[in-house]
Amino acid sequence: MKVNVQTATQSQGLHIGNIIHGLWNRLGMIMILLLLCIVLSFTAPNFLDTANLLNVLKQVSIIAILAAGMTIVILTGGIDLSVGSTVALSGVISVMVSSAGVNPYIAMLSGAAVGYAVGLINGFFTAKTKLPAFIVTLGSFTYVRGLAYVISGGYPIVLENETFKFIGGGSIIGIPTPIYIMLLVYIVMFFILKYTMFGRHIYAIGGNEEAARLTGIKVEKSLINVYSISGLLAGLGGVVLAGRLYSGQPTAGQMYELDAIAAVILGGTSLVGGRGKIQGTIIGVLIMGVISNGLTLMDVNYYWQLVVKGGVIIAAVLLDRLRGDSVA
Amino acid sequence: MVVKEEVKQRTNLKHPVLNMQGISKTFSRVTVLKNVKIELYPGEVHALMGENGAGKSTFMKILAGIHQPDQNGGEIFYKGQPVLWKDPIDARNKGISVIHQELNLSPNLTISENILMGTKFPRNSLGMVKWDEVHERAQRVLDSMGSSLNPRQLVSTLSVAQQQMVEIARALSFKAEVLIMDEPTASLTDKEIMKLFDIIHDLKKQGVAIVYISHRMEEIFKISNRYTVLRDGEWIASGPIEETDPDHLVKLMVGRDLKDLFNRTKAFNPLRKKDIPVLELRNISDKKVVKNVSFKVYPGEIVGLAGLVGAGRTELVRAIFGASNLTSGEIYVDDKLVKINSPIDAISNGIAHVPESRKEQGLFLSMSVKENILMAELKKHSKSGVVRWKDVNATADRYIKELSIKIASPDQPVSNLSGGNQQKAVIARWLSISPKVLLLDEPTRGVDIGAKTEIHKIISKLADEGLAVLMISSELPEVLGISDRVLVMSEGRLTGELSRKEATQEKIMYFATKGE
Repeated sequence: MKVNVQTATQSQGLHIGNIIHGLWNRLGMIMILLLLCIVLSFTAPNFLDTANLLNVLKQVSIIAILAAGMTIVILTGGIDLSVGSTVALSGVISVMVSSAGVNPYIAMLSGAAVGYAVGLINGFFTAKTKLPAFIVTLGSFTYVRGLAYVISGGYPIVLENETFKFIGGGSIIGIPTPIYIMLLVYIVMFFILKYTMFGRHIYAIGGNEEAARLTGIKVEKSLINVYSISGLLAGLGGVVLAGRLYSGQPTAGQMYELDAIAAVILGGTSLVGGRGKIQGTIIGVLIMGVISNGLTLMDVNYYWQLVVKGGVIIAAVLLDRLRGDSVA
Repeated sequence: MVVKEEVKQRTNLKHPVLNMQGISKTFSRVTVLKNVKIELYPGEVHALMGENGAGKSTFMKILAGIHQPDQNGGEIFYKGQPVLWKDPIDARNKGISVIHQELNLSPNLTISENILMGTKFPRNSLGMVKWDEVHERAQRVLDSMGSSLNPRQLVSTLSVAQQQMVEIARALSFKAEVLIMDEPTASLTDKEIMKLFDIIHDLKKQGVAIVYISHRMEEIFKISNRYTVLRDGEWIASGPIEETDPDHLVKLMVGRDLKDLFNRTKAFNPLRKKDIPVLELRNISDKKVVKNVSFKVYPGEIVGLAGLVGAGRTELVRAIFGASNLTSGEIYVDDKLVKINSPIDAISNGIAHVPESRKEQGLFLSMSVKENILMAELKKHSKSGVVRWKDVNATADRYIKELSIKIASPDQPVSNLSGGNQQKAVIARWLSISPKVLLLDEPTRGVDIGAKTEIHKIISKLADEGLAVLMISSELPEVLGISDRVLVMSEGRLTGELSRKEATQEKIMYFATKGE
């Protein structure tokens, strides 16, 4: 029946309304992003400058890295509330390791490893004890932040190493390093989701966990891997943020988990699991980034920015929902 | 019989309580119903029949006010007056009640609350609910049905059948004059079905008109007075049930001559029992129901597993497949003792399992047909974890052709397919692992008759090619039609074994009701 409906709309020919409707169906959130950019190019001074656009990308890069991990977690029907706290813990530990005089690359790896460990624990409890992911990661949201304070003593730890700083604050041929890292993460994640068994199993588990189990998919192992990857990416995000802030801060990354979740949902991934794309997530991240940037350029104060951002999240998802209904 | 005579007189009354004429309905330019009609008389059971997708549910949704007919898309007369329902609540308040196939109950509320849901609860002057009165009212409805349920019980503690009773009670509490029952017996045991039929007889006496949707012929001939058949959204025929028979109805429904149900002709040769059994169970028990079950299945054989709902057949098959745990007993594959603790173990031993409910346990609804087919064997079509889509496409195409799965494209989401084609996709998934043993749990439930026959042919062909098949089915004609041997379970135990020649409906029912 769905097939028929589609051919029926396609055969409508050249009516402008239908063309817009068709574009909307196909592009959805990209249209919203473009629309925002067009509006801001008129209202916000210098919005379209290359320097400003690069700035937007740099600003969103850490949330983008977290959102990539969040995407696969949400695709399995789960959630990971711990990524913001993990950013802090990974930043604190990697900077401390670096301060101890260890090779900067190993220091950075240690930050990622901390994230991986947090994710592994999340995944283990979610998969093996069948506790809801919300509860497991709410727990780690709290204890990981606690650990970051305990280890740092509650104070920011200054980063001295120049190589380490480069990962967050440096640039290659004029483009900030975090943008390269973000792109790499998305390319790898796109490949994993589309072309690997692991990726397809993520969709299968999110779509129907019981069926996945009865089909012989190693559900527990896949879930543990999914949460571990989310943790690993949060750890990476923490390292990049520490490099940018020139310090490891126990207060870093607060509310990042909610921004990441918002970006994933804006990107069209279903909270129930099984449906969504990594390409959508990057669009979601950019929508949020463009709004903040545009409002800042327009001199709107931060408090009002929050109000607008919240409204946009609801409005955009609502619009997207309408799109879904018109196809079904 | 007496009841039937009485009803016959009533139905001879010239005034239908409800009359729908020329009903048409279009969804986004797709015509779903075209010029469909039905007349319902007080005190009759009217069987509404048709294959899946024939338009029965849309038609009934219009009757119940959930959908409105197209503009100029026909008229509804209720008690002689033309009506147009605003919404389902409007229809319900005027006396049209529906018992949906899927239960619509709130599990964490009491039976009373569920029955009276949507009505104003009696309240005292402070606006607080008078619970005693609520329970009393619910009790009255339950009493009128002869049900012994306690209205204060939580719905979550009830069996599916008991929940069905609550659903019926809710419909009755609205003083329904027209009652629509959509597959009401799908999850009931025989005893409960008898009880339901008693209730239906009572309702008939009270003059309620009942639309009865069911795929089970036996039931229809047992309780209906008249029938209406729909096919492809069009009205095909109506008439008194006495003037038709199952073959005729099937013919009307599928629109082509169907020589009875499929019959396995090239039956398994019992001489080959000298072979080594491919699957052997010794004294299998599980935590819940299965007790001490032993039997063998040979290559090339279709073994039907019959019994009443709750006899432990599904539990047994799930235990063989490793989906639930055994507490004792041994499983042998090809005469070798195997340990099965998970579906992964079962699959590696060549055991495949088509589960009872394909939507909840079988399909990945938002994924494509080809991925649904290949999901169990992605590994074989991958190289160091990377899926080779070319291989996947080729293999999927092969199975789609082999099982003649009707689709527009292999990339189509499986949720768009009809029940029969979805079921074929699940079967294809398991063929892709080249199994030795195929466990089928109700393989044709909710599948229309055309697809049913095709699935029977596929199963039969697979057995001829040497596969051992163990098939649970609650439809006796299906069990008798394609099984080489029939095993019967009752209350968790194996109570009977019948060869194809010996097996009859009566004998199976004898063993199925034989408690220990």
